[in-house]
Amino acid sequence: MRCSQCHEREAVVFLTQIAQDQVIKLHLCERCAAERGVETSASLGKTPVGTFLASMGKGLEAAAALPAGIDPPEACPSCGATLSDFRESGRLGCAACYVTFESALRDLLRRLHGSSRHIGKRYAASGEGAAELPPPSTIQLRTQLRLAVETENFELAAQLRDQLRSLGGDG
Amino acid sequence: MIDLSLLPDGGMAWLDASGPASHLVLSTRIRLARNLSRYPFATRNNLADREAILRDVLQAARETVSLRNALSFRLEGLERIDRQLLHERHLVSKELAGLEEQGVVRPGAALLVQDRIGVMLNEEDHLRLQGLRSGFDLEQAYQDVDRLDDELGQRLPFAFHPEFGYLTSCPTNVGTGLRASVLIHLPGLVLTKEISKVLHGLVQVGLTYRGLYGEGSDFVGNLIQLSNQTTLGKSEQELLDHLGKMVRQVIEYEEQARQVLLRDARTIVEDKIWRAYGMLRHARVLTFEETMQMLSGVRLGVGLGLVDRCGLYALNKLMVHTQPAHLAALEGLRSDDPDMNVRRARLVRALLEDEAGRRGQSP
Repeated sequence: MRCSQCHEREAVVFLTQIAQDQVIKLHLCERCAAERGVETSASLGKTPVGTFLASMGKGLEAAAALPAGIDPPEACPSCGATLSDFRESGRLGCAACYVTFESALRDLLRRLHGSSRHIGKRYAASGEGAAELPPPSTIQLRTQLRLAVETENFELAAQLRDQLRSLGGDG
Repeated sequence: MIDLSLLPDGGMAWLDASGPASHLVLSTRIRLARNLSRYPFATRNNLADREAILRDVLQAARETVSLRNALSFRLEGLERIDRQLLHERHLVSKELAGLEEQGVVRPGAALLVQDRIGVMLNEEDHLRLQGLRSGFDLEQAYQDVDRLDDELGQRLPFAFHPEFGYLTSCPTNVGTGLRASVLIHLPGLVLTKEISKVLHGLVQVGLTYRGLYGEGSDFVGNLIQLSNQTTLGKSEQELLDHLGKMVRQVIEYEEQARQVLLRDARTIVEDKIWRAYGMLRHARVLTFEETMQMLSGVRLGVGLGLVDRCGLYALNKLMVHTQPAHLAALEGLRSDDPDMNVRRARLVRALLEDEAGRRGQSP
């Protein structure tokens, strides 16, 4: 089927939109779909992760056929994870993996989510101070103290112990 | 044995049936997946990393309003039955509780919980922040968890990518890291055999569904969790609006199905409901599955105004306390004790009799 916009290329995106109670059906080629801001292969919930991972395998084979010099890095320089590790486990190794395997992941994310661009909340590591709250009970402090000791966070443990003592607990 | 009475309402506030549309929706849960940028993700981090994550988060949590007074549990140190108890209260995932087939608790697995807010630590992601509300209340649940996210984000370096958003171990959670789930009771759609059509439709619009206990679990007691499938490319508000709109639609279908049942098969439906009530009031042996099925019938009866000798909160409490780990803890038994089904029936009889008495009804 030809693309309903350029009438030249093969349509690969079949889109049904509902706008103002009107059903609009579009058949678009990859390029026209991208121009309209439609992410390709956005068949939500239809394709299991396995298929995406398999398709990444194809991406790797394609990468192997590329001329030397533009191969993607074999392993993440930060954690050492490779794309084949990812294919096996379905899990990435660390935050830097998203940079190392950026282009392969961009493609995967488009298939998984219909988009690779986050438009939600932005992370900002600063903000307003904490409001007032009633002080914790001795029981709450004790469970926190136990965890602090177990994680060898002795500075925090000492703080918690002092706080318990000031409340008349046995710490 | 851990003492869950330490938790506010024993960690049951989310089941008090006080929230919007409580006759159909039991609870709303929203989780945000977050990772600390300075440590590898769960599949590639080591023991020291996991301990460090615990230490960093505990320290930061102490400085927040949302978690300053939190109770903290380290899962490794708990007996299996206690871990199951926390899972049955929906405070920790099956994975964090080490209740999956391999049956091991991951090192550093921990839970912080305060009021309707919790954090699972060293799960698939370093942090899984969760907000839990009674009834159908996406806004409040998100407000709670969003505030916690702000507070922790000011103190901890979260892994964030300008294009991909919050980074997660599994790419299915990247972006917002948000999964909102609504636990809904749909006996009308099950009885009218419309349920598979409705669920199929939900998948078509980008939602997903699971049973009461998460991925792969059965629709025990006609309870289904509906949630968003994708996490990237839409804002948090858009994801919540979409899920909310679809849940309202499902509620409408369920109400319609109930009206159809009452119109076309009133006697049969009434009979089903009262048989369920009678069974719970008088049976001497009850399995958990059977109890859940009967509770579903009675809940339908309460929703339709046919049963007035029992309230939703009582049904919710029964649902929680007849679960294997809860019952075993209450009765001082092992969860594989052959006497469990007898004790369960006894507990159900006693609670329902008490409830009917409180409501001034003759048995």
